[in-house]
Amino acid sequence: MGRGQPQTAHLLRRGGFGVSPDDLRAFDRFAPSGVVEYLLNVDRQPDDVDSKIGQSAYVSVTTRGGQFSPNTNIEDARQRWLFRMVHTTRPLQEKMALFWHNHFATAYSKLAGTFPAVQATKMLALVEGELPGPRGQLELFRAMGLGSFRDMLIEVARDPAMLVWLDGRVNTRLRPQENFGREVMELFTFGLGNYVEQDVYAAARVFTGWNLRLAGGADALQPTAYYEFVYNANQHETSEKTFTFPIYSDGGKTIPARTASEGMQDGIDFLTALATHPNTARRLVRKLWDFFVSEVNQPDDEFVDNAARIYLQYDTQIKPVLAYILRSSAFLDPANWYTRYSWPVEFVVRAIKEVGWNGFSVDAARTPMINMGQTLFEPPDVAGWSLGQNWFSSGAMLARMNFAAMLAANQRFNLARDAADAKSSPEDFVSYFIDRFTASEFDAEPYSDLQAYVATGGAWTGSAAQLQAKAAGLTRLIVGSSEYQFI
Amino acid sequence: MHVSRRSFIRGGISAFTVTLAAPEFLCDLARAQGARSRNLVVLYLAGGNDSLNTVVPYRDPFYYSRRPTIAVPAANILQIGTDTAGNALGLHPRLTGLRDIFNQGRLAIIQRSGYANSSRSHFQGADIWNTADPSSPSSMGWLGRFLETVPRDPLVAFTTTRDLPRALMSRSVSVPSIPDARVYSFASPNIGDEAVNERAAATRIASHVPVDRPQLAFVNASARAALDTLDRVATFANYTGTVTYPNNGLAQALRTVAGSIVRGLGTRVYWVQTGGFDTHAGEGLQGGGAYATLMSTFNDGVLAFYNDLRNQGLLSDTLILQFSEFSRRISENGSGGTDHGAAGIMMAVGGGVRGGIYGSAPSLEPNPANPTLENNGGDVRYETDFRSVYAKVLDGWFGANSISVLGGDFRAGGPAIV
Repeated sequence: MGRGQPQTAHLLRRGGFGVSPDDLRAFDRFAPSGVVEYLLNVDRQPDDVDSKIGQSAYVSVTTRGGQFSPNTNIEDARQRWLFRMVHTTRPLQEKMALFWHNHFATAYSKLAGTFPAVQATKMLALVEGELPGPRGQLELFRAMGLGSFRDMLIEVARDPAMLVWLDGRVNTRLRPQENFGREVMELFTFGLGNYVEQDVYAAARVFTGWNLRLAGGADALQPTAYYEFVYNANQHETSEKTFTFPIYSDGGKTIPARTASEGMQDGIDFLTALATHPNTARRLVRKLWDFFVSEVNQPDDEFVDNAARIYLQYDTQIKPVLAYILRSSAFLDPANWYTRYSWPVEFVVRAIKEVGWNGFSVDAARTPMINMGQTLFEPPDVAGWSLGQNWFSSGAMLARMNFAAMLAANQRFNLARDAADAKSSPEDFVSYFIDRFTASEFDAEPYSDLQAYVATGGAWTGSAAQLQAKAAGLTRLIVGSSEYQFI
Repeated sequence: MHVSRRSFIRGGISAFTVTLAAPEFLCDLARAQGARSRNLVVLYLAGGNDSLNTVVPYRDPFYYSRRPTIAVPAANILQIGTDTAGNALGLHPRLTGLRDIFNQGRLAIIQRSGYANSSRSHFQGADIWNTADPSSPSSMGWLGRFLETVPRDPLVAFTTTRDLPRALMSRSVSVPSIPDARVYSFASPNIGDEAVNERAAATRIASHVPVDRPQLAFVNASARAALDTLDRVATFANYTGTVTYPNNGLAQALRTVAGSIVRGLGTRVYWVQTGGFDTHAGEGLQGGGAYATLMSTFNDGVLAFYNDLRNQGLLSDTLILQFSEFSRRISENGSGGTDHGAAGIMMAVGGGVRGGIYGSAPSLEPNPANPTLENNGGDVRYETDFRSVYAKVLDGWFGANSISVLGGDFRAGGPAIV
């Protein structure tokens, strides 16, 4: 049972969340270019992963108090999201949703401190149609994450979760509130060095009146009630706003004074300017490079220029940029494989897919992920999680090792059964697990450490008890190894 | 100029040196010496603490005129005296424990700490405070650079946060994060001898330092640090203390630190932090509401920790240094909160602290000639460079060489807090 083409595994680790051994065999019939096509053309796969929740062939979810309520209970929303990452047939869509969640980092706890928990969860996770109200922020990322960044940015500015998170809902004509205006420039688009404090004051005034209101009934505790965007014209500051960078294609830096009823256009103009600014293009390209290609090696200028040009040429569409990235020689270059540190959620999902999930619930990953430093829907602040080496404090590494142990214990019978063909010798046994789990390469010394481990505890008999113990132990050692922490 | 985290990591890893574990005897020696040696507890209030509501210039009329709804009424202030410029000051009403500590002479308040061209970005601001380099935040943290000068020990420092703060990042010293000592243990899918064999194998596998694969070496170092420290952490995992610690994250983290100190782990630097200080809106009427809750969390945690150590005669070796990445605008905004500002308060607490009020309070009058303000009278201008406080801690508390650690001589103007 081989790994299949290593390039395919690399594509599916980066473009998705990894691949189970069975699925990897299925992908063997594709050339790598076919895998890229599969990843990019998400619409060719059905969007039905949610309908699999609860079916026996899939990873389980844990329900508390009877009902699974991912639209109104945040722990169930987290489980649903993990389930999607494990079983999606649209991996790039889910991967980009995670990317945007980190980019527009919005945390549940502030929302739940402001509104009832049921509303806070709906704001982040509601699937449109399952309850009254607009889609949650995650669904916005799933629907728009590969499309126009400009359009998505405008929807994010109107998103109820974001309006609570960055205090947009208290941004009014008489007392402008700077939080969103600052962060939309500093973090969501072109970044520090492209604006000054005066721009922040002006940006705050642009978004005055962008607010939310309760609808679907007056009782926010009811799951049928919801919050939706509303533009309060009487709260909009209507004077002109001047910036230090161009807003309009003729180079104009001033948003003109408008009537209050037309004032929402200020925000559209401003966000369009930000989304189409060349430095936004470059900054997004660099973030996508770091996420998809390498955290260790930098892109050369030509790559950034090309990708930024594509972004602007295609009216800020993300999919053409991803197509450029996934087809680039840099991405396909083996020197860039395994040069990104896996996020806790990526580690957990890939481990589940590779080790197996029979009888395992995604809820078991909840506390380990907290200890690894990542809780979905709860980034530490609006800048998102600290990536790369920052994931690997010793306590977090211990949490990864211990998660590997838990998963290995849970799947010991299946692992031993799957490895039965390789039970004739300890060397074959180790070899089977090295092939099965897509860790980065083990050097000679750690490889012999694994073999030495298999040899402990007595002669090799291939008995069921021994196979289960060693299968679980090897799985724990490989999945918990440093080599496995890279994607 | 802003240096991104990305370039920091690349710079750091290419300079990664091989040696992680000092020879055994040095570790033991360090532990023997360190069992009761001086330690530093850094307490970071994350989000930008509104210092003007922490230490209040309650006789300045502009405090009330510029903060019509959120200013703390003078009648509620816990008075602590005047500074050298004659400004009357008092603490927020919830800081009763700190007031007691102040009266014992063990709380130093450093006013108007900061630096020129103060950043109003959380991330850049925090980076600057963490690296002590406003002009170009360098890769490593100021405490990380200090730790490189002391004998190696996997527990020479630890953080109670899940993320490693940049202040503790260093090229060669691995600092564990121990958010909850009770779960800091090794799990195995097997039991008995098999589990022992597994742990030994895991330790061996993580022991390799492949010089041609520096990223892998880095993660191995983390794994190694975790494994090395498991048994030692277990010695204080169930520490409960001689006082009742409040049931919140900050107090629990301080209790973990107290346990480590009491059990003589030899740790030199601890990091604790608590968040929620980014009070853009709804800060609380008259110092109440959300801000009062923040002050209670801060006060009650520090007081419990202080009393716990004092009860056991361990206060003289411990220094708490509190900071925040910036303070906030003098005038309240229209949402009953405050936006990002500039200079603010640092505090030092401990048995060796020379308590008192250092520096001078700002005058809050928005007059262009007022030298204590900046940004058109919108923010407080710094008076004491935060690096001089760091220098004082490094030189005066640890007996280290602040010029070398901070990359410059910042001793001038440093408050004589220790």
